[in-house]
Amino acid sequence: MKPTNKINIYSFLANITPLIAVIFALLVGAIVIMIIGEDPIFVYKVLFSNALGNRDGWGNVLFRATPLIFTGLAVAFAFRCGLFNIGGEGQMYIGTFLATWVGFTFTNLPAIILIPLCILAAAGGGALWASIPGILKAKKGVHEVIVTIMMNWIATSLTFYLVLQYKAPPTADMAAAGIKQMIPHTSEIAQAARLPRIYHLLKALNIDFPAYNQVNVSFFIALAAAVLVYYILWKTNLGYEIRAVGFSPLAAEYGGISVAKNIVLAMVISGALAGLVATNEVMGFKYRWRQGLFTGYGFNGIAVALLGKNHPLGVVLAAILFGVLNYGGAIVNIFTAGRIPRELIMVLQAVIVIFVVISDEVVKRIIRKRRKIA
Amino acid sequence: MFGEMFNADFFASSIRIAIPLALAGLGGVFSEKSGVVNIGLEGMMLTGAFTAVAVANFSHNPWVGVFAAVLIGIVLGLIHAVTSITFKANQIVSGVAINLFASGITVFLAWLFFQETQIMAVTNLPIWGISIPASGEGSTLIRSLIVIFLHHSPLIYITFFIFIIAHFTLFKTPFGLRLRSVGEYPEAADTMGVNVIKMRYIAVMISGALAGLAGSFLSLEQAHFFVKEISGGRGFIALAAMIFGKWTPLGTAGAALLFGFGEALSIRLQGILDIPVQFINMVPYALAIFVLVSAIGRATPPAASGIPYEKEVG
Repeated sequence: MKPTNKINIYSFLANITPLIAVIFALLVGAIVIMIIGEDPIFVYKVLFSNALGNRDGWGNVLFRATPLIFTGLAVAFAFRCGLFNIGGEGQMYIGTFLATWVGFTFTNLPAIILIPLCILAAAGGGALWASIPGILKAKKGVHEVIVTIMMNWIATSLTFYLVLQYKAPPTADMAAAGIKQMIPHTSEIAQAARLPRIYHLLKALNIDFPAYNQVNVSFFIALAAAVLVYYILWKTNLGYEIRAVGFSPLAAEYGGISVAKNIVLAMVISGALAGLVATNEVMGFKYRWRQGLFTGYGFNGIAVALLGKNHPLGVVLAAILFGVLNYGGAIVNIFTAGRIPRELIMVLQAVIVIFVVISDEVVKRIIRKRRKIA
Repeated sequence: MFGEMFNADFFASSIRIAIPLALAGLGGVFSEKSGVVNIGLEGMMLTGAFTAVAVANFSHNPWVGVFAAVLIGIVLGLIHAVTSITFKANQIVSGVAINLFASGITVFLAWLFFQETQIMAVTNLPIWGISIPASGEGSTLIRSLIVIFLHHSPLIYITFFIFIIAHFTLFKTPFGLRLRSVGEYPEAADTMGVNVIKMRYIAVMISGALAGLAGSFLSLEQAHFFVKEISGGRGFIALAAMIFGKWTPLGTAGAALLFGFGEALSIRLQGILDIPVQFINMVPYALAIFVLVSAIGRATPPAASGIPYEKEVG
């Protein structure tokens, strides 16, 4: 065999490490399920057949994958600039609240203006929140990991304060019964701010699809965002500069690229992506801010980005896999009458991340060793 | 008004808030001094907090709970060591993975064993020291000193001794010198016959043990229960304390006390100034960012911190 072919085989191996990691994680999951005293084959069969066996399942999977595409892209984009943005959670909160506020405040605007305005607010809020750690990193050299985490907690408190200020007035029924809001939530956004469900599109095409399925147009916005991220990173000067800074800040600076400028820009774009979660959760699904509705998507975005190897296509695929696990896990929970907690999926996701990290390094070493021998 | 605010109870509560930050921060000191960044402190604390309550409830002995929390911290430290030292994976990625794992496994096990995500502690640690004299009895100064220094959970005294031992170990023993040398200039340490990999493993496992202990304090002592995400970012605030404390045990302890003071102050101010509770809750995190910004240019991390060691061959 020619050495060139060999290198191709190993680069192929390097690209499928996420797959190896997923298989290992499912095996670990199977062991855990056996320890609980359930049948892993049955559990996985329920999980995958419900998630992927019919159109309703697919819709639910894509609905759950959509926010993870946004937060996964956010982490991946910053990572390409050498930044670890683990503040996706906070950026998502601020962007989503801002979009909701626009949605229930400017109720007189037509959809053609209000929808783009809400999307802009979502991206802008996330970008604004991410700009703070970005500027602190660029100007002062403060490590972005700690600052973004702190910003998450501040965003949690801030949005909680805001939702109490903009709490929806009690409905007539609630007022009559003297019931207060159990979970604080805002008023609903205007009809003109809402994104259509996929059901309506499929109905127009005469494709049978359940009307209650929550997958909505935001999924296409997420795909467009993935394409845009790919385009920016690999087809524009900005992307070239951002990747150069990520590759080696010193070399980039030497080559005339402003490290500080690109760090701030990378964080701002990353934050904007995280903020776009609003399009799925508020504009396409709940139509209002509901406290605690989307907790965790920011953090799961980190796992999605790592599994997707910080590439837009990888992020989309990884998000869909997590969508399968999340939806399938919920069904398994119901099927086993709660004997398999949904949190098993969280454990599986973390195990996947650890295995991705390890298998990446193992493959890298195998390649290095083989190259030396050759 | 303000004289009443800064009473003995205020300082005592500052100390109680500072303890978990100080312990986890010290864990960060050990790890980073050896050249390994440990973002996983947060997850190690969280797992420690869960383990302490769970094991204490099963064994009906809080000390067994504390011991188990330390052990689980060591295990997580070992995982971080294997991925980031042996496999040379990105240390931040490995730490983040540990945090994700901790968030999942604690809630998963809480559901499995207790069918809920908030677990009350059925046993509590005793209080060691002198009982507080009734007010009006004896001098207020002596009463205040007892409240601040001599009427606490055993873990507070233990923390005090841990810091003295840590300071001497790091700066006055050959072991400490070796540990610091592998974090500053591992190639030179290696040439001098120091086993870089072994020293880093030990340091990261010590940091896990300390984070686990910090977690047990959070759940068994401060809250008397475990709840999902009880660590609430304190592992990261601890890292800020470590940086502000210039990567030294005593500096970290001082910075942790500053955080304790700030948080206690904001809680007091809430009653007086009628600030919304959500803004009070932001104080520790905003303070951490402020402290980090002001530490810049003043503090230098260990030179080899964050860089996996590659032994040169041939």
